[in-house]
Amino acid sequence: MTVMEQRGAYRPTPPPAWQPRTDPAPLLPDAEPHRVLGTDAAAGADPALLLRLHAELVKGRRYNAQATALTKQGRLAVYPSSTGQEACEIAAALVLGERDWLFPSYRDTLAVIARGVDPVEALTLLRGDWHTGYDPREHRVAPLSTPLATQLPHAVGLAHAARLQGDDVVALAMVGDGGTSEGDFHEALNFAAVWQAPVVFLVQNNGFAISVPLAKQTAAPSLAHKAVGYGMPGRLVDGNDAVAVHEVLADAVRHARAGGGPTLVEALTYRVDAHTNADDATRYRGDEEVETWRRHDPIALLEEELTRRGLLTEDAVRTAREDAETMAADLRARMNEDARLDPMDLFAHVYAEPTPHLREQRDLLRAELAAEAEAVEAAQAAETTETAVITEGPR
Amino acid sequence: MTTTVAAKPATMAQALTRALRDAMADDPAVHVLGEDVGTLGGVFRITDGLAAEFGEDRCADTPLAEAGILGAAVGMAMYGLRPVVEMQFDAFAYPAFEQLASHVAKMRNRTRGALPLPLTIRIPYGGGIGGVEHHSDSSEAYYMATPGLHVVTPATVADAYGLLRAAIASDDPVVFLEPKRLYWSKDAWNPERPSPVEPIGRAVVRRSGRSATLLTYGPSVAVCMEAAEAARAEGWDLEVVDLRSLVPFDDETVCASVRRTGRAVVVHEAHAFGGPGGEIAARVTERCFHHLEAPVLRVAGFDVPYPPPMLERHHLPGVDRILDAVGRLQWEAES
Repeated sequence: MTVMEQRGAYRPTPPPAWQPRTDPAPLLPDAEPHRVLGTDAAAGADPALLLRLHAELVKGRRYNAQATALTKQGRLAVYPSSTGQEACEIAAALVLGERDWLFPSYRDTLAVIARGVDPVEALTLLRGDWHTGYDPREHRVAPLSTPLATQLPHAVGLAHAARLQGDDVVALAMVGDGGTSEGDFHEALNFAAVWQAPVVFLVQNNGFAISVPLAKQTAAPSLAHKAVGYGMPGRLVDGNDAVAVHEVLADAVRHARAGGGPTLVEALTYRVDAHTNADDATRYRGDEEVETWRRHDPIALLEEELTRRGLLTEDAVRTAREDAETMAADLRARMNEDARLDPMDLFAHVYAEPTPHLREQRDLLRAELAAEAEAVEAAQAAETTETAVITEGPR
Repeated sequence: MTTTVAAKPATMAQALTRALRDAMADDPAVHVLGEDVGTLGGVFRITDGLAAEFGEDRCADTPLAEAGILGAAVGMAMYGLRPVVEMQFDAFAYPAFEQLASHVAKMRNRTRGALPLPLTIRIPYGGGIGGVEHHSDSSEAYYMATPGLHVVTPATVADAYGLLRAAIASDDPVVFLEPKRLYWSKDAWNPERPSPVEPIGRAVVRRSGRSATLLTYGPSVAVCMEAAEAARAEGWDLEVVDLRSLVPFDDETVCASVRRTGRAVVVHEAHAFGGPGGEIAARVTERCFHHLEAPVLRVAGFDVPYPPPMLERHHLPGVDRILDAVGRLQWEAES
């Protein structure tokens, strides 16, 4: 039996019996976002998970700060910070198994490194020495995608291919609130639902697409409600509640792995920093709003619960902080080394074998580089002679 | 001793179907997906019988969304499959352009070779079938202008088979342009002994001649062959080069021909302005300048949106327009 047959073919009944194919009620998101921290349910959270999340979030925040600092030092071309959104970033990586795939957007560097990618390699795109710095197959992490929502259909295709081959691989694809307006978002969700592909779509609704607020982006009751139109469940979660995000995403991954098809998760969060270091957020939002969200900080929420349980020991705090500082120091040191560049790389991977006309252009660049090197050498030789003259000087 | 099996006439459509079938039979990683490719066998019936033979998972009808089809194929290729997608018509492939330009063409390069995308994008293209608006575009220039893609197009039944097999076997993404007005053209071709897999990137001399070279591809090859026959009455012995592959471009075969004849006309249906002919003329001029007796001319579609079917014959390069161009190749210098 093919996957398409398992799904059950749709046979329209003749009019006037047209009706919804399925009952939309079970697909609807709850009216209120799912929360764990600060509620009675928090007592049930696994202490090991709480501590792990805390350590990772602290490290993630430090990474954002360090990367932003590197832009000011000219070591990164640009950095889109995810400060305030660390709960979503970390949970997205932690819910996946080793063979699962992550499909990040450009703001999701934290999820990428939480998945095991080298923190420096994760910054290749933003440093500008190449586009993708890591081998996507090694950690099952797709390249950071800059064109919005275009990575979502890839996640669907990959998950579908895995399922066709009998592998229980799940793909988790990340997108922002602005990205939900793109056509590829629609097409990906539709394909995923029709194919019942094992995909989890995580929308981080951080309130802004650069400067454009959600109200100008959509008239939907919530972004999670969009799921219903595709025939998949929509879940709404407090994106700053790391335990709740972890729970909802883990559920969705389990559901997908068990053959239940895709889920759309909308995580309500806030981009505390500007869109990137190059953006000025004061032009479109007030300090008061930012302050409100700072009081709902993902790390603070975790720390309240850890304190309540007596788990936030001095040791735990120190270890988390030291780990973060070690990571930051390593990142700083390695990013302060000049990137190793080979201009000939421009031609190395366009095709499996360079085409004849690329070989011609490669030879042209090689000749230019040789001439450049020769000129530098000649200039150095001239300088040496000049220095010699000056050193010898007039007697 | 070899037994000669008589080759019966077969259509290009049949050869394409056979190529898909053989590729699917040879390699379980080959998956076909697109609109109407399953039960119906495609609007041009190129995927006829594949769903029945290989199942609907291997030859899948998708939702009607070209970006989604190509985007999903990217993910499938990332997981090790070898997808062949069908875009129903040239102009319906445009919604997939972002996937093509930003991901398909760039994935290998942006990942330093870690994620090659072995996928084939079949697109029926070109006019001459009386199609209404949006059914007759020649969109090859867009694809040629996108580094990372191979762009090929067959003009004969044998090449339709050989080039499609090569496209599917390629570890790079290939835009495979099918001249839809040649779908029903017939050639002696034996489906029991299909033609060899043609390497991508080689042009071929379809007709040898001494006076001038017609550089052409896809649907215009047959028109050029006809023009070459007609030219005999004018005393011209025309050579016809079928480019077959626009990317990579076979400068060697093209230049060898032009150096021999000293004159060249590029013929295609696509627009002249910013079209493939400009690139081809420039390459020939750059490489063969001292062998040229006249500027390289272009005979192409006018620089207008593709005309309505009742006017398309005025737009498409025909025998007369080709011969007129040949006549302008400064023959007076010869006498």
